[in-house]
Amino acid sequence: MAHSITDETIEYVGILAQLELSPEEKKQARQDMGRMLDYIDQLKELDTEGVEPLSHVLSVENVMREDVVTNGDMREALLANAPEEKDGMFTAPRTFG
Amino acid sequence: MKLTDMTAVELGTAIRERHVTAMEAVEAVFAVIQEREAQLHCFVTLDREGALRRAQEVQKQIEAGKLNGPLAGVPAGIKDNLCTRGMRTTCASRILENFVPSYTAQSVARLEQAGAVLIGKTNMDEFAMGSTTETSAWGPTKNPRNPAHVPGGSSGGSAAAVAAGECFMALGSDTGGSVRQPASFCGVVGMKPTYGTVSRYGLIAYGSSLDQVGPLCRDVRDCAALLEVIASHDPKDSTTVLRRDTDFTAALQDDVEGMRIGIPRDYFAEGLAADVRERVLAAAQVLRERGAVVEEFDLSLVEYAVPAYYTIAAAEASSNLERFDGIKYGYRARDCQDLHQMYKKTRSEGFGEEVKRRIMLGSFVLSSGYYDAYYLKALRVKALIRQAFDAAFADYDVILGPVAPTTAPLLGESLQDPLKMYLGDIYTIAVNLAGLPAISLPCGTDRHGLPVGLQLIGNRFEEKKLLRSAFAYEKAAGGFRNCREVD
Repeated sequence: MAHSITDETIEYVGILAQLELSPEEKKQARQDMGRMLDYIDQLKELDTEGVEPLSHVLSVENVMREDVVTNGDMREALLANAPEEKDGMFTAPRTFG
Repeated sequence: MKLTDMTAVELGTAIRERHVTAMEAVEAVFAVIQEREAQLHCFVTLDREGALRRAQEVQKQIEAGKLNGPLAGVPAGIKDNLCTRGMRTTCASRILENFVPSYTAQSVARLEQAGAVLIGKTNMDEFAMGSTTETSAWGPTKNPRNPAHVPGGSSGGSAAAVAAGECFMALGSDTGGSVRQPASFCGVVGMKPTYGTVSRYGLIAYGSSLDQVGPLCRDVRDCAALLEVIASHDPKDSTTVLRRDTDFTAALQDDVEGMRIGIPRDYFAEGLAADVRERVLAAAQVLRERGAVVEEFDLSLVEYAVPAYYTIAAAEASSNLERFDGIKYGYRARDCQDLHQMYKKTRSEGFGEEVKRRIMLGSFVLSSGYYDAYYLKALRVKALIRQAFDAAFADYDVILGPVAPTTAPLLGESLQDPLKMYLGDIYTIAVNLAGLPAISLPCGTDRHGLPVGLQLIGNRFEEKKLLRSAFAYEKAAGGFRNCREVD
């Protein structure tokens, strides 16, 4: 079944993805996503009743360790990459109105 | 022999035996870079001065007997998604344009401990999303065998640099074929190890359940030597596995007598170029003549690997790439009124088209209402794909097939139709879903002189069988020089 992606869906996904698309990009995204979902729909041909979703290919167990700090103070080095910093802290635009 | 015609292991031996110095090796690769880089664009960042300084230190340690490994003094390229302390690491994205890591990826640190000399960071598809190195924000890399063609991707810069002689070996990363496919297109050897063999610490994440770091080299021996160095159980990556069998060079035996090799019929169906089919089947015949038992079989589910992969990889990418928000590092959009506008503007301006496409798809398949139908469905199909491989490895030691349906496409041909580009990953992608090791090695050229790659796939933790069969094939085919030059 061909997927028809609505403007609302693209709007909603844009919010989830934290992306602001231009009108042309939105048009393209509707088309691309519809085509991709049509393609992914092939998976529905397979009977997966009773098959457990496999997230990790190897059988793994939780890895535990003592809660001990092993790295040193890297504040200067880390702040050196910040787009903006002030008094040893990251700065950001205001959050509320 | 010209210095730049040596393999990494040959060069390492020449350095240890004092025929060549590490500084001469660096000068030699920079002479090639001087000549070819303007056309090929294999690197995003090059550091000649740093490499020469490092070569001098390494040379001293070799002379003092403190460094005696096979790769000491050998110049290496590193894919630009592996963090290198003090050296810019961009992921070929505008959003990380000025990012200088404060730490080094574990795989790179292992390489440095072995005495390798890093010369720079190689070009790639942005965030490793692409199959041609054309989605790089810094422009495409060209294929050294024919610069009108792409080198493959996403580790295209690494593959092209090794093929062109701009370095002796390189690291790449493979999420769905990103080491093996460019190795195939450029005529070099590339390997994706079993998931959990090489630490992902410091590898900028794309699809964490699929990503593995792997070597790109001139021959199988180099590949084994490099993998032996980078494999490690790392407390900083809890998905790494403690393995006692990482002496991969011990597997370099020219002996496939009685080895059981399976050829999936479904890998030779519609869509495979005639030249590729012919070269790969000829390679199977070579192994048969060397005593291997080669049979055809039905693997099944092959056509479902690509849709399952793109669902899972996009989902993981959308989650992994949430961290790029313009606060702690990287690009930040100007003139924003508030925090949320800043996030959106930064990401929209910082990410390229293909990255945005995958983040959007990933956000969709993870969203409530679609999560079960798409994401969980793909994970169930992944379980079935693993079962199909498990069944195959009950009968065979190694699975043999092509790396890609075609040889390297022309520049500009692939990006217009993303879905078509994704379909080019059909033979490589299931390997990542099942966590298997696989190697790509040259097996001749097509009618235009472009390299064809042979893919050998092994069961989990059975890299040694892969390396043994690859080594035997390479020997029979006349070694890497012959494989590279056959036209």
